[in-house]
Amino acid sequence: MLEKALKGSPGYWIWLLVLGGIASIGMLAYVVQLNMGLTVTGMSRDVSWGFYIAQLTYLVGVAASAVMLVLPAYFHHYKAFKKIIILGEFLAIASVAMCILFVTVDLGQPQRLFNVVLHPTPNSVLFWDMVVLNVYMFLNLFIGWVTLESERNRVAPPHWLKYFIYLSIIWAFSIHTVTAFLYAGLPGRHYWLTAIMAARFLASAFASGPAILLLLVFLLQKITEFRAGDKAINTVATIITYAMCVNIFFYLLEIFTAYYSGIPGHQHPITYLFSGLHGFDQWVPYMWVAVAGAALSLVLLIPAKIRYNHTVLPYALGLLVLATYIDKGIGLIVGGFTPTPFETVTEYVPTIPELMITVGVYAIGALILTVLWKVALEVKRDLGTIGEKPEDVEKLYVSKL
Amino acid sequence: MSKTRRDFLKIAGMSALGLGCSALPAAAADPGHAPRKAAQGPAPGTLPDNALTATHWAMVIFTRRIKGPEHFDHIINACHQYHNVPEIPGHKDEIKWIWTDSFNHTFPEKETHFLAQDLEMMDFLLLCNHCENPPCVRVCPTKATFQRDHDGIVIMDMHRCIGCRFCMAACPYGARSFNFANPRPYIDGAKLNPDYPTRMRGVVEKCNFCAERLAKGQMPACVEASEGAMLFGDLDDPNSEVRKALRENFSIRRKTTLGTQPSVYYII
Repeated sequence: MLEKALKGSPGYWIWLLVLGGIASIGMLAYVVQLNMGLTVTGMSRDVSWGFYIAQLTYLVGVAASAVMLVLPAYFHHYKAFKKIIILGEFLAIASVAMCILFVTVDLGQPQRLFNVVLHPTPNSVLFWDMVVLNVYMFLNLFIGWVTLESERNRVAPPHWLKYFIYLSIIWAFSIHTVTAFLYAGLPGRHYWLTAIMAARFLASAFASGPAILLLLVFLLQKITEFRAGDKAINTVATIITYAMCVNIFFYLLEIFTAYYSGIPGHQHPITYLFSGLHGFDQWVPYMWVAVAGAALSLVLLIPAKIRYNHTVLPYALGLLVLATYIDKGIGLIVGGFTPTPFETVTEYVPTIPELMITVGVYAIGALILTVLWKVALEVKRDLGTIGEKPEDVEKLYVSKL
Repeated sequence: MSKTRRDFLKIAGMSALGLGCSALPAAAADPGHAPRKAAQGPAPGTLPDNALTATHWAMVIFTRRIKGPEHFDHIINACHQYHNVPEIPGHKDEIKWIWTDSFNHTFPEKETHFLAQDLEMMDFLLLCNHCENPPCVRVCPTKATFQRDHDGIVIMDMHRCIGCRFCMAACPYGARSFNFANPRPYIDGAKLNPDYPTRMRGVVEKCNFCAERLAKGQMPACVEASEGAMLFGDLDDPNSEVRKALRENFSIRRKTTLGTQPSVYYII
C-alpha cells in the first residue's frame, strides 16, 4: 500500500518538499548542536531539561488520539468512529516518532543511545519510557497497517488482530503513566512530586490528543473530499470536553493542596509561574494566557449547542490546545526546576537553535503523518468510501460480497 | 568422487564435535556470580593492597575551622586542579565538584529569618553527598552513575553516560554538572593533571569522593588541603575519626527529610 504515497498532485509534492526543507534546516541546526554541544540551548546546570523534553511530554499526550477512538469503537462497538480510527492511529505513530526524536536530540551523547538497551536498568523510568513508547509506536503501525490492508482487500480484519487492539488500548495508558513517572518520583522537585501526576497526564492527553486530531480532520475536510461524519466529530468533541474538565479539576486540586497547606516548598513553583518569584516573572504572561484560553475553550465547549457548531468548534479546540500546550509543554518543565535545590531562581529561555531543531522535528513528524494519511485516504478513495458516512461503510462489504 | 565426499563429511563432523566439546570445560569451570554484599568488601584483585577501604565512606566538615575565603579557595582549587575540572565562566555552563554557598542556600529547609550573625556571614562547602539512597543512581537509564556496593561511594562512568541529565533532575542537592560544551579549552594546560582524565562534551560529572586517590592509599584532595577542617573516614567504624567527631559535636545534614541519607555531615 505504500505505493499510494508515491502518486499525488503537485500540491502534495510541494508540501512534502516544504516539509523536507524545514526538516533539513532543523537537521543543520542539530549538526551545530552536535558539534558545539548542548551549550547552544538555553539549558543550564540548574535547569537541565528544557524545550525538547517539554515537547516529548506534550506529544506523548497527542499520541492519545488513537486510544480515544479505538476504545469506544472496539470495546463498545461505536461504529461512528470506524472511519477515523486509522487517522488517530497514524497520528499516534507520528507523535511517538517525534517523542523519540526529541529524546534523541536532547542527549549529550546520542551515539551512545543504545547503552539504554545494552545495560537495561529496570530501576530507571527512562528505560521503561523507551520500552513503552517504541512498543506503542509499532503496535499502532502494525494494527493500522493490517486494518487498512484488510479494508483495501474488502475483507474483515483477521480475528487475532482483536487481541493486539486490546493490548494497544491498555498500552496507551502506560505511555502517559510512565512518562508521568519520569517526573513524579523525583525527590526535592515539589512541582512534580504529586501522586496525581499520571492522572493529570492522562486527562490532559485525552483532551489535547483528540483535539489536535479533530483540528487536523477539519483541515483534511477542507483540502480533500474526506468526510469524517458529524456524529463522529460531535462525539469526539464531547470526549474532549469531559477530559478538559477533569484536567482543570486536577490542576485545581494541586493549587488547593499547595496553598491551603501553606507549605512554601509546594507554593513556590506555582507562585513563580503565575506571579513571579524573587523578581523573576518571565513566564507569568504565558500562564495567564493558558488560563484564559482554557476558560474560554470550556465556555465554548460545555454548551452542546456551541460545541456542535462546527464553525466555532475549531476555535474552541485551538484555544484548548494552546492552553494545554503552555501548561504541559512549558509550564511543567519550568515549574519543576524552579526554585533550584538552593532556593534560587535560574530562568530558562529556549534559544534559536533549540527552536530550529524543534521545528525540524515537527516537520519530520508532519512528513510521517502526511505519508501515512495519504495512504489511508487513497485506500478509501479507491473503495469509494472517502466521502461517505461511516454508517454506510458496512453495507459496502455486503453488497460487494 | 562419492568416497571423497564421505571422507570430507566425516572430517567435518568430527571437527564440529571437537569444537563443541572444547566449549564444555569453560562453561563447567565458571563458578557463576556470587551475590555481592557490602560486608564482603571489594572483589578480590580490584583494588591495590595499599588502598584505603571502608564500608561506608563519610565526610565531616568543620565549618568553624575554615579560616576564611582563601582557605575555601585552597580547598576548592585542590579538588578542581587534581581532577582537571574546567573553569567555565558564567553560571549557565559552569562545572563544579565542590563550591561554597550561604547557609540559607546550603540548608534551605533550615531557613530562618533571624539567623545568627556569624552564620549569616559564613560560607559552607557543597559537594556530592554520596547518599546511602542516591536518587541519581535510581534514575540513570544506563547505570553510568552507580553506587559501589562495598563502600557506598557514588561514581560516574563517563564512558557510558549518554547525557540525558536525568540524574541532574533527580538530585535534590544540585551536586551534578553537565559538560554542555567541550570542556578542554577551559582547562589551564600548565596545571593539567595527567593522573586524571579530562572529560568530553555531553557527559555529567561530579565529586567522586576521590575514589581514585583512595585506591592509591591517599585521602581526598579536599581533605588534605583543608588542614583539619574536613574529616574523612568510615562511618561504620566506631573508632574512625568521623565517628569520634560526630560523637563530640552536634552535626546537621542537607535535606534529611528526603530520606536520601547524605554521607556529608556539617559541624557548624
